[in-house]
Order: sequence, then C-alpha cells, then structure tokens
Amino acid sequence: MQSTITLLDPTAELQTAARQLLPRLESIAGLTVGLLDISKPRGKEFLDEVQKHLEEAGASEAIFQTHLHPCSTDRVDAED
Amino acid sequence: MKQALETQLASYALVVKKDCPTCTLIEPVIRSLAANTSLSLKVYVQDDPSFPANLDGVIDDSSLEYSYQCDIEVVPTLIRLTDGDDAQSEESRIYGWDKAQWQSFTSIEELGAELVNFKPGCGSKTQDPGMSEVLALRFGKQILQARSVELAEAEDIMEACYDRGWSDGLPVVPPTPLRVMRMLNGSERDAAEIVGKAPPDNVPCSIEKIAINAVMAGCKPEYFPVVIASVEAALQDRFCMHGLLCTTYFSSPVMVVNGPITKQIGMNSGINALGQGNRANATIGRALQLIIRNVGGGVPGGIDRANMGNPGKYTYCFAEDESDESWLSLAIDRGFERKDSVISLFAGDGLQPVLDQQSRTPQSLAKSMAMSLRSVAHTKLFGMADAILVVCPEHRRVFREGGWNKEDLRKALYEELMTPGAEVIRGANDIAEGMPAKLKDKMLNKFREDGLHIVTTGGTAGMFSAIIGGWVASGERGSQLTSQKI
Repeated sequence: MQSTITLLDPTAELQTAARQLLPRLESIAGLTVGLLDISKPRGKEFLDEVQKHLEEAGASEAIFQTHLHPCSTDRVDAED
Repeated sequence: MKQALETQLASYALVVKKDCPTCTLIEPVIRSLAANTSLSLKVYVQDDPSFPANLDGVIDDSSLEYSYQCDIEVVPTLIRLTDGDDAQSEESRIYGWDKAQWQSFTSIEELGAELVNFKPGCGSKTQDPGMSEVLALRFGKQILQARSVELAEAEDIMEACYDRGWSDGLPVVPPTPLRVMRMLNGSERDAAEIVGKAPPDNVPCSIEKIAINAVMAGCKPEYFPVVIASVEAALQDRFCMHGLLCTTYFSSPVMVVNGPITKQIGMNSGINALGQGNRANATIGRALQLIIRNVGGGVPGGIDRANMGNPGKYTYCFAEDESDESWLSLAIDRGFERKDSVISLFAGDGLQPVLDQQSRTPQSLAKSMAMSLRSVAHTKLFGMADAILVVCPEHRRVFREGGWNKEDLRKALYEELMTPGAEVIRGANDIAEGMPAKLKDKMLNKFREDGLHIVTTGGTAGMFSAIIGGWVASGERGSQLTSQKI
C-alpha cells in the first residue's frame, strides 16, 4: 500500500483567535470615536462630514489621526 | 567472563558494498579477518547482505544508517574502534585497499599477501546523487520545523496544494520534506534563522519557510541564495513591501539581478529576457510572491487591494546584460562592484515600449526616450512615480557610438524632462488631473531625485527599449529601489 504523502506547511501557521463580538452599542452618546485619515485625496473632507454626523449622534469627541503612507503629501496639502 | 575477554580484543568495523571491484577483490581478506580470533570484526554491507560469500554475521546496512552515522565516503572503509564507558567509538580509519597500510592497521603481517599492493575504493552509497538529503532526513538531526501536512492516499497532491490556498493560481511543486532539504542545501544559512518579518501579517520569516515557498515556485537549489536576498530586500523598510502589497495601484516587486551569479544559475539577460521560458527568471520572481502570500498572508482581495494588479504579480525578474563593460550596471549605480552579485527590487508594473528605429544620434534618442517617459502614471503627474528605463542593446550601441555613457544619458533625460508647472497643473489642457495649482510657476521634473533607474537587457536585434513604471507612492513616503548583495 502506498504510504501517505507528507508536505511541509508553507504558511506562517498562524491561528486566528476566536473572539466573541462585543454587543452592539445602544448609543454613542458620551463616547470618543477615533477616525483614521490614510492620506487619500479629499479624505479630510469626508472624515469631517463623518465627524459632524457622529457628533450630532452624541459622540463627545472624534479624533483625527494622520497616517503618512502611502499617498503623496503634496497632493494632500494641495487639497487644504 | 566471556564479555571481559571480548573487550580485550582489537575491534574493527568494515563497510563494504558488493558493487565495488575493490571490495570484491578483498573478499578473501575479509574472510580471513573474520576468522581471526585475535580481533573482533563487524562487517556492514551496503547493497547485498549475501556478500562476502560464505561469511556469517554480516550486517545488512542497506538502509545506510550505520554508513551515514559513521560518515563513510569510500568503500571499503575499515575503522578501528576503542571501547568507551557505554559504547565503542572510532579511533582511526583507512579506506580503499593499500596492502601495507591494512597490514599495519590490523597488525597482521601476511594479510592479503596474494593481492595487488594498491587499489582505490569506490564511492559509498551514501554519496550517490541526492542521497545526502534522503539520509539526513531519515537519520540526521531534525532541522525542519514546519508543520507536516499529511495527505490522504486518495488526495491528488497538486489539487491538495490548491485546496489549501497555497497557490498563486498556477500549479506549485508540492513541498515535500526531501525537496525542502535539497533547497536548504542551496545555501549555507541555518534553516531556523529569521530573515525578518513578512508583511502584511508581520510574522517572522525563517530560511526554512523561504525554502518551502521556493520549492513551490519551482526554484532549483542553486537559485536559493538569490531568493533569500530578494526576501531580505523586500523586508527592508525602504522598500515598503506592506504598502506595496495593499495599494490599489498596479505595482508589485520587479527584480533586477546583476553580477556573476546570473551566469552561474543560467538567468536570461538576452532574447525575451522579460518574457517566459527561463526557469531562473520565472521562479525566483515567483518565489517572493508566494512568500508574501503564504508567510505574510497577503492575498488578493484580502490585504492586497489592487484594483487590477498586473501580470508581473506572478513573477517579474530578469538579469541585466553586462556584456558592455563601458556601460555601468544598475548594481554599480547602487554602489556595488562588478564582481558582486546583487538583486535590486523596484516597486513597478507592466512594460511600456519605446520604439525608435530612426534615431542614430544620442541626442535624438535621448529626446525620444524622454518623451515616452512622460507617460509614466500620467503625462501630467510629476515626481510621483519612479521608473526603470530598460535600454535595449541596439539603443545602447547608438549611445556608445555617439560617445555617450550612461551618465550622459541620465543628464540629458533630466534636462529634457524639466517642464513648466503651468503645463501640467490640474485643469491645464482641459484635463482635471495634474499637479497642484500652487506649482504653476515652478519648473518640475518628471522624476524625483534618484527616481529614474537605467538598466540594459534584451536581445541584440530590435531598436525597442522599454519603461517599467513605478508605484505612485515612490520615494521616502513609499517605496525606494532596494538593492541587496547576494
């Protein structure tokens, strides 16, 4: 009988931890929401609008954080 | 009592194979040694335990375990053993047949007196082609750490690799432990060594994992050092492999190999160098892609968000034609010497021809190339995407015959590619795309400093050069050409 074939796993052999989803929020009142600007053209206008809606919904604060990669900062500056 | 007596005898081990004329020549010597009560002899036979004829107690070593453990290279090998506390250990050894040597080694004066004085031995079966890895796997120190995947008998081995998500879409060579051992032997690096962290999952990438993926890509072991260097280049911060993988743009690693290794492993830098048909070019480029996919976890539609991608994401690797020593190679441009073997990674995509069959002066040809280079990314976008200009041998000849070297070409291209901002700002020429309006009064260059690389490859017929456009996030904010010595 032919023996089984063995291969070596080419992957990182990671196993994703199974996590329970957190319960959905009833309200965002009083919560702080982080918004990540990934430097795409006109991303700031978009996030400003999102921030406005979040604050109308009761979020106490929406925080912007800029991430440098991968778009040209020249292009981002030019939108200002 | 018997035990005590035996330990006082001189102990020998002899390794032979029937398929060796020297071993068959000394058959009577072996029998006489075995019959000699003043010594103890164990005979190990690699191929046929009925050899030597009419001798009892021959040990069948057709598994080659003893031969491997004793590191036998030649048969016959005669080993003198000394008794240790627990086991016998080797004191010294002789091999082949040298009558005087055998006589003094065994202290038997008349041993083999009737035979010729000297006959060299044969290669041990442990030295047969491909055996070293087989035996290392069977009897050696366990060096493979990767998880073993046992396939059921009914599984199609090729389909099994697809089913597990290991393929880029083309069939892969199944990574058996034996193939991986052979790949590892293509380099002296330790299988457990961690080369760096592979994006996007940012996981440690070992030499062994690189070897497994190089096997799957179809690499030969002699390509392995180039594959390792490609990974080392890709994992440097300046190459920005993570960003390159996740971009919506087309780009992916493009590899240019320089130096003696390109000839040693048979890379193509001539006819169809950027096309199909050369195993080294094809599989080295593919190996890095499989490593990012399998070790890094970067799969299209997952972290790889390319809106179209490009065919070079299967593989994009070629050697530079360095036959004209008056023309500096890419590796020399990057600070290496001609004797160095170097791989350079560039974040780029596709191939845009520069057809010019009319220019016979360097001035005309340089202008012609500059005009074509404006098309990189978009003719109105400047300083965003780097490029590689691939000069064909016939065009290189035009420059050389006109008295230009590579630096002259680079300088001419720079001057030709200076452009008033007003011509390329947004809205200019009724096209919304372009450079920010604030650059209207500036002179702009198509390429940032160190953003245009020049290499030579291709066949000797055809006045067709080419452009490999770069990622629109070229430079410090994204990816820069990264060279790594092999």
